[in-house]
Amino acid sequence: MTSEKVLQVQGNIRHKGFQFSVDCTLPMQGVTAIFGRSGCGKTTLLRLVAGLEKVNQAKVHFGTQVWQDKGVFVPLHQRRIGLVFQEHSLFSHLTVRDNMLYGYVRTPQVLRRFSLESISILLGLETMLDRRIDALSGGQRQRVAIGRALLTSPQLLLLDEPLSALDYRTKSEIMPFLEHLSQHLGVPILMVSHSVEEVERLANQIVFMDHGKIERIERLQQALSRVDSPLFRHEGASSILMAELANQDAGDGLSELVLAGCRSILWIPKISYQQGEQVRVRVLARDVALSLIAVIDSSLLNVLPAKIVQITMQDEARVLIKLLVGVQTLFAQVTQRSLRQLQLTEGMSVYALIKAVALVG
Amino acid sequence: MFDITSDDLSAIILTLKLAGLTTLILLSIAAPLAWWLANGKSLGRVVVQALVALPLVLPPTVLGFYMLMMLGPKGAIGGQLESWGWHHLAFTFEGLVVSSVLYSMPFAVQPLQETFSNLGRRPIEVAAAMGANAIDRFFTVILPLCKGGFAIAATLTFAHTIGEFGVILMVGGNIPGETHVLSTVIYDYAESMNYEAAHRLSFILLIFAFAVLFTVYALNKRFETVKL
Repeated sequence: MTSEKVLQVQGNIRHKGFQFSVDCTLPMQGVTAIFGRSGCGKTTLLRLVAGLEKVNQAKVHFGTQVWQDKGVFVPLHQRRIGLVFQEHSLFSHLTVRDNMLYGYVRTPQVLRRFSLESISILLGLETMLDRRIDALSGGQRQRVAIGRALLTSPQLLLLDEPLSALDYRTKSEIMPFLEHLSQHLGVPILMVSHSVEEVERLANQIVFMDHGKIERIERLQQALSRVDSPLFRHEGASSILMAELANQDAGDGLSELVLAGCRSILWIPKISYQQGEQVRVRVLARDVALSLIAVIDSSLLNVLPAKIVQITMQDEARVLIKLLVGVQTLFAQVTQRSLRQLQLTEGMSVYALIKAVALVG
Repeated sequence: MFDITSDDLSAIILTLKLAGLTTLILLSIAAPLAWWLANGKSLGRVVVQALVALPLVLPPTVLGFYMLMMLGPKGAIGGQLESWGWHHLAFTFEGLVVSSVLYSMPFAVQPLQETFSNLGRRPIEVAAAMGANAIDRFFTVILPLCKGGFAIAATLTFAHTIGEFGVILMVGGNIPGETHVLSTVIYDYAESMNYEAAHRLSFILLIFAFAVLFTVYALNKRFETVKL
């Protein structure tokens, strides 16, 4: 699918003081995250796209298909959308296999793009197809839910906070699957999330919502290069470094990555990706230190040459420094005192030091 | 003690027939109604909910009286039937079925409404996304996931219909083989001081009622654990 598909959504809802008003055109490529605090209308937008929210005079066009417009309303079961919700919505009266096949058998043969075998291998479910749903862990259930949606060969995958009900470990077990999906399967994904980490790890573009309205639509790199990005509200500034996996098992339990756009090497705790695969490394600004020389006799493994682009005062003690590592943006949070002692200024060349253990691929 | 006369036997069979038919009809009406009550948002919902629950608080004779008026030759329904060349429904078995359906309505609607609320919209929405239309969704998702609720609704309706008396007396009169059901037979026996016969049938009903309630509670327990 190389055509430039877009999703056009327009709709207004007024409900008990809550006003939802949206008129947007979203590119249907890769992962689009709808981000905002709870109650801002993210889920309403998703349900509008799915046709689950009854809204008069709304407009939903997917590419050349009209899903909703004046006098037209295509019911959900004819839209060919994959839906994955936050909590378990598996059919408890069916086995894993029958759950996975529910949509598959209802998809016309010519439209089927995936098989039960390939999807169960992709999601690591091949050994549990005959299990009952209540014998699965939370993470496994969510994988079944994703697999089941994929087996309908959807034109669009809608994920409503797919990871938020899961604990940290399970989350990091599912995250790679979702990344893999968006990179390799060619199904556009629209995902509702209030987790910065999820958005940074998965999204290509972000729809920022607040009080029932869309504030702006930005590409991830763009959103991450603004000092005042809404993504930084909770955990402080963070950056995503795009890198390619050069050596998955580089000894001492580490993997070796090469940053995109420059030759710098990044060491991170071992990850389970394929050689040559694209990896997003999330770096919190507070985990980045600066130095004027390339420190080699410290415990910090990652020393990246960088250039200071922008210095922003945060409060009386801290400064946020925006750096360029090659062409990629990296934020560092340092104290006012360090800023003064090192005499850091915009345009200066420095070294960014990052602890390898602070990094997650 | 269980030397049942042929009249008793025909009353038992008639009662079972009435309860069976009522249950079948009622479940097919109550399922969509309960679905609407569990998922709708309109104000009309509350009105309907109150109407459905009316037989719980109304004396059966009141309900029976109005049914008799409606189903009789001059009533809204009976009169209409007469004008089409059919017979009106007062003092007939069909009249009893119609009245029983109304009278037992809350016993079918309420358990169904509760299971539907517990089920939530999620499974249905997901099924729709996977290409299942409304009928498909009902048979492959709602029915199997709510079978406990359906079983309870059916059992309660059946049992409650067997136990009805006031409505029957008003609408059905007491015509052997047509409207002469167990509860009225017992009444007749007691009136004519035939306590032994009354006790015989009463005891059967007592055991039956206990067995039904036992089943309902056992089902309830079993289906509690099914939900994830």
